[in-house]
Amino acid sequence: MSLQLFIEQLLNGIQFGFMLFLMSAGLTLIFGVMGLINLAHGSFFMIGAFSASFVAGLTGNFFLAILASLIFPALIGIMVEFSIIRKLYERDHLDQVLATFALILIFSEAIRYIFGAFPLFLDIPNILQGNILLPGEIVYSKYRLIIIIIGLFIALGLYFLINRTLLGIQIKAGQNDRQMIRVLGINISRLYTIVFAIGAALAGLAGALIGAIQSVEVGMGEPVLILAFVVIVIGGIGSIKGALIGALLIGVLDTMARLFLPIFFELIMETSQALSLGSSLASMSAYLLMALVLIFRPTGLFGKK
Amino acid sequence: MFKKSISTFILFLLTISYAYGDKVKVGMITTLSGGGSGLGIDIRDGFALAVKDEPNIEIISGDDQRKPDIAVQLADKMIQSDKVDIITGIVWSNLAMAVVPAVVNQGKFYLSPNAGPSLLAGKKCHKNYFNIAWQNDNLHEAAGGYASSAGFKNSFIIAPNYPAGKDALTGYKRFFKGSIENEVYTKLGQTDYAAEIAKIRASNADSVYFFLPGGMGIAFIKQFSQAQVDLPLVGPAFSFDQGILKAVGDAALGVKNTSQWSKDIENAENKKFVEDFQSAYGRLPSLYASQGYDTGKIIVSAMANASIKDMDAFREALKNAPSQGFKSTRGKFSFSSNHHPIQDIYVREVVEENGTLTNKLISSGLVDHSNFYVDQCKM
Repeated sequence: MSLQLFIEQLLNGIQFGFMLFLMSAGLTLIFGVMGLINLAHGSFFMIGAFSASFVAGLTGNFFLAILASLIFPALIGIMVEFSIIRKLYERDHLDQVLATFALILIFSEAIRYIFGAFPLFLDIPNILQGNILLPGEIVYSKYRLIIIIIGLFIALGLYFLINRTLLGIQIKAGQNDRQMIRVLGINISRLYTIVFAIGAALAGLAGALIGAIQSVEVGMGEPVLILAFVVIVIGGIGSIKGALIGALLIGVLDTMARLFLPIFFELIMETSQALSLGSSLASMSAYLLMALVLIFRPTGLFGKK
Repeated sequence: MFKKSISTFILFLLTISYAYGDKVKVGMITTLSGGGSGLGIDIRDGFALAVKDEPNIEIISGDDQRKPDIAVQLADKMIQSDKVDIITGIVWSNLAMAVVPAVVNQGKFYLSPNAGPSLLAGKKCHKNYFNIAWQNDNLHEAAGGYASSAGFKNSFIIAPNYPAGKDALTGYKRFFKGSIENEVYTKLGQTDYAAEIAKIRASNADSVYFFLPGGMGIAFIKQFSQAQVDLPLVGPAFSFDQGILKAVGDAALGVKNTSQWSKDIENAENKKFVEDFQSAYGRLPSLYASQGYDTGKIIVSAMANASIKDMDAFREALKNAPSQGFKSTRGKFSFSSNHHPIQDIYVREVVEENGTLTNKLISSGLVDHSNFYVDQCKM
């Protein structure tokens, strides 16, 4: 294996990690601030991809499509928070799981009703097609590089939002003590709506960015949602920093395991068994890491207490 | 007098059109919601189109949501409370494995419009089980044969890590004469192939064969094309079907794929099917729709020749349908001794036709192709 291939795979892992980060940032914020387990977060991923595909089909403009993938999920997020989610904050987690699971089914069937059962088309614009030559003779996809850069900016933006703005202080206060910030006279329901909309918009953005290189179809959000939950458990629930580190860890681990485990097992056993065992173990790697983290740090890497 | 002759005439009509006027209840268990529902909807619509002029067929539909446990529950309900005679519709091999043995052992027929797992063709074959589509390995065998004849010497092959994925690569290797550069199994449902594509780029392969059904295939083809890897791609028809091509876009242009059906196979039955399907549903039919349609037509043909009340006679009528009036949209069609199709498998190419991406036949890959498991089946 050449060094170039190794670095290319490392970049692939980082790109996958940033995509997971976009999903898990919203999830962890919503859980941290409102104490809500939101299974319907994957639906916003799907809604983002479908809105982008719809707008790209209408206008032919990818950048408008990306904009739509932020706006539509945020608007729908606000509506859902207003009408349904709001009633769930005081209920226990099991009720929340049940209600947001129902939302998954409703969103999936609504999308199928509107757009049909067949996958939609969404492609990256011509200027982002193809590869770019990075220093050190590394060939890398332009579009994936853009995803990494967008992910970096979002991470920086969230850091700034949480640590440097009034809203961020309120969010942090909300995570620490919900009762207290209500007593201090902060409009908590407005804060909740804003946080929910931010989470939905980030998931929608992830859906559109990924939809352009994968397939835009009903049910596309749930596999990502499962990994996003793994990420926030590893990173520590409620911690944006934890979500970032957790997402990058999972992204790189998953990619590297897919690459190296089959090669590793080929050294010690027969090829066909090695391929099968290697790829099975690679798909388990994220969950194995989660189990390890839970054994040694039950609250996650950056969790409180 | 006039009244009497009219009623005699109607009676006469009834006797010819309903040689055996027994109602047949068909349970249609297929995926109608969530991921993969496009396939199930096409099978259901194709089937409904085939039997729409046959008033003695009653269809009871159920949505399996692509979940084996739900499919099993539906089958139980259909057999016990709806008293169906025939069950059909299942898209996925893992669901078929969960449902089919129980159905056929309870004395009902199962006609598969899609899934053809090797176990049901071989050791676990059953006299009440018929497959109208193909045995799972078939399209991959044709692809292996095509790759050899196209002069490819060294293939990089990739499939999901589950039974049908392994069947697929086994099928390809069975007919491919060249060497295998690398064999990669991915996670079922994986949609990011950056790592695999980087491996392909770094390899010495001269061709890539992939079996990645549904959204996995869409993602793979797009990413493969975006990465500008300059290698010919070969796949089974599943990833180049009408419903999928729209989502893949121009990335699929020129790719060779293997299929037992194509909308431009020339025969009267196929022409009628493609036209009727388009006018009924306003979209081009897929291979799944053609399989659902053929399944419906086989039942209609068997009903004309036997009564469902006599299981042995009906089974014979199903088995002999290809010589007793049933005409497949694929042209030549007959059953092997393990009740799977003997048929031609074609090589198609993705082309653009009036602004729509679709497939064009370019050659017949395997002629009168049966399946590898005939000898393992003891009925």
